[in-house]
Amino acid sequence: MTTNALTAKNLTVSFGGLKALDGLNLNVELGQFLGLIGPNGSGKTTFFNVLTGIYKPTNGTVLLGETDITGATPNQIYEFGITRTFQRLRLAPTLSVLDNLILGNQRNLHLGFIGNIFNRKRLRREIASQTEQSRELLGRFSSGLVSKLYEPITALSMIDRRRVEVCRALISDPKILLLDEPSAGMTHDETSALMNELLAWRDQHKELSIILIEHEMDLIDRICDRCVVLNYGQKIAEGTYQEVANDRMVREAYLGED
Amino acid sequence: MIVPSIFRERWPVLLLGLAAYVSTFLFLHLEQEWEIALLLGIVPLVLYIAKKSGMSAKCRQAVGVAPVFTKVVFLLSALALIVTLRHEHFALLLLATVLLYATISLGLTIQFGYAGLVNFAAIAFFGIGAYTMAVLNQSQNGLPDLMIIVIGGVVAALIGSLLILPVLRTKGHYAALITIAFGLLFRSFLEVNDILGGPQGLKVSGLNILGWDFAQSFPAILGGGSFYVSYTLLALVLLIGVFSMTRLIESSWLGLNMDSVRLDETASASFGINVARWKIMAFTVGNFFAGMSGALYASMSGFVAPASFNLSDSLLLVSIVLLGGMGNAVSVIPAAFLVVVLPEKFQVIQEYRLLLFAVIVILILRFKPSGLMPRPLRRLINTSSK
Repeated sequence: MTTNALTAKNLTVSFGGLKALDGLNLNVELGQFLGLIGPNGSGKTTFFNVLTGIYKPTNGTVLLGETDITGATPNQIYEFGITRTFQRLRLAPTLSVLDNLILGNQRNLHLGFIGNIFNRKRLRREIASQTEQSRELLGRFSSGLVSKLYEPITALSMIDRRRVEVCRALISDPKILLLDEPSAGMTHDETSALMNELLAWRDQHKELSIILIEHEMDLIDRICDRCVVLNYGQKIAEGTYQEVANDRMVREAYLGED
Repeated sequence: MIVPSIFRERWPVLLLGLAAYVSTFLFLHLEQEWEIALLLGIVPLVLYIAKKSGMSAKCRQAVGVAPVFTKVVFLLSALALIVTLRHEHFALLLLATVLLYATISLGLTIQFGYAGLVNFAAIAFFGIGAYTMAVLNQSQNGLPDLMIIVIGGVVAALIGSLLILPVLRTKGHYAALITIAFGLLFRSFLEVNDILGGPQGLKVSGLNILGWDFAQSFPAILGGGSFYVSYTLLALVLLIGVFSMTRLIESSWLGLNMDSVRLDETASASFGINVARWKIMAFTVGNFFAGMSGALYASMSGFVAPASFNLSDSLLLVSIVLLGGMGNAVSVIPAAFLVVVLPEKFQVIQEYRLLLFAVIVILILRFKPSGLMPRPLRRLINTSSK
């Protein structure tokens, strides 16, 4: 029997009169790679923003495993083990690669004022171990990037920035990873390379469930276990890529066929 | 000639220390406007030549190699400055003011440069410290003066933590408006408050630390000099303490989280960063610095009055941070020097001196928008080397 890592029940988000999500029921099984597709404005990113606590749902519930996490703040969501990347990269551009990665690992840092100022020995130890961990994680993605650990994000190419953003989301060892259109701004080959690196990483972390928002359909076809199609905030189809690609409603939504 | 090996790589640092000493000494010592104007022409020229000849790069490298040595050299030049100016009341008063303004600016660096919190009420927190000193020092309650300086900081930090509540609920320009409003409110409050002396303000007696009376001339046994020598020394100690604290914050997780909050609040929150917590911490620490600085200032100037705590002074402090380079702790020291000393030295053009000063600030920000000394890429304390 499969267990659900994440379940959304009747999830609704309204902005004034507009329903960005309209009674959405969606679930991700443990260790599943779920593709979330749909035309622009169909509510995909809104769904991520609700999951991560940036928006509060108007109605409905979200369960992480058995735990109700509806309406939790972004901080709490992170503590629960849900991390994300952003469609438009949101790294700290003037900070180094290392700093950006460590920022993703809040959970494992001692953040007390007194400790940071006076217990420099512990801080030194923590910095050393965080640096080691970042180096090792980055190395799994790209060995070239490891040598740029102390360079600012602004000095990196687009694919390296995406890699850093994915690593920042992975470093705290989350249960659920949300990827918001990682192909934006990259070539087809670059996206492919990044996804292969991610798949290799996932092979060693079978418990990790991933939701991917993507417009590149062959990518979805290649890597996703299952797909959910949204339109106007509602789920219009789900199943394997081949199933949804041949779904009449999906073709209508995308191509306007009738 | 045998040069001790320790100096072989470090002589650029010595040169830097000497240059800092000579230029600050001349600025403080000279009184004729034409002399100052000449100096204002020479200093950028020297800096330009240093840059072209690769001297600046050499200095920067030497500073990077020997950070402790650099600190010692600059401490010695500061002490040399105080010693050589020890009989000049006005120069010392200016120097002490520079040190105190630099202290407040370090507070602003943490608030503005690290956590991205605009604070246009810095002078109000400085004033809170000053009035705390005036009140506690008067009442003969036996509190040691050094402790009152710290209490001045604590009171400023506490009042600041009330102000932060509305600030946290707003962003950007609106947060700035709240702090401006608070600064104006503070001044009006002082003016109508009879217990605090109203518009006339309060007299403050001089400091007395462990039997050392700051109101007397500097002890002859230590070389003698103006009574301002004691205050300047204490202001220097305060600045060193606050500077070290700022650097410790910057190089730890605290500074990293504050930087992240400044750069992107939403992304920070998604990675478990408690945005409010870091803003409160930055605001509180910064105001603590300003309050201590104010307490020392009150006892040095001998009185406090609402007229010393204007919005324009807060703007001056913000301009120090912008001029120096946002988030660069070192830069506020030369910037505070320029901002405090230049207008005082151009008395001849009287009411136009602030205008001239404003033009200089605008020109610098136009042609060097990240300030005179832009902040280098942040680094956590270095564990990889050595």
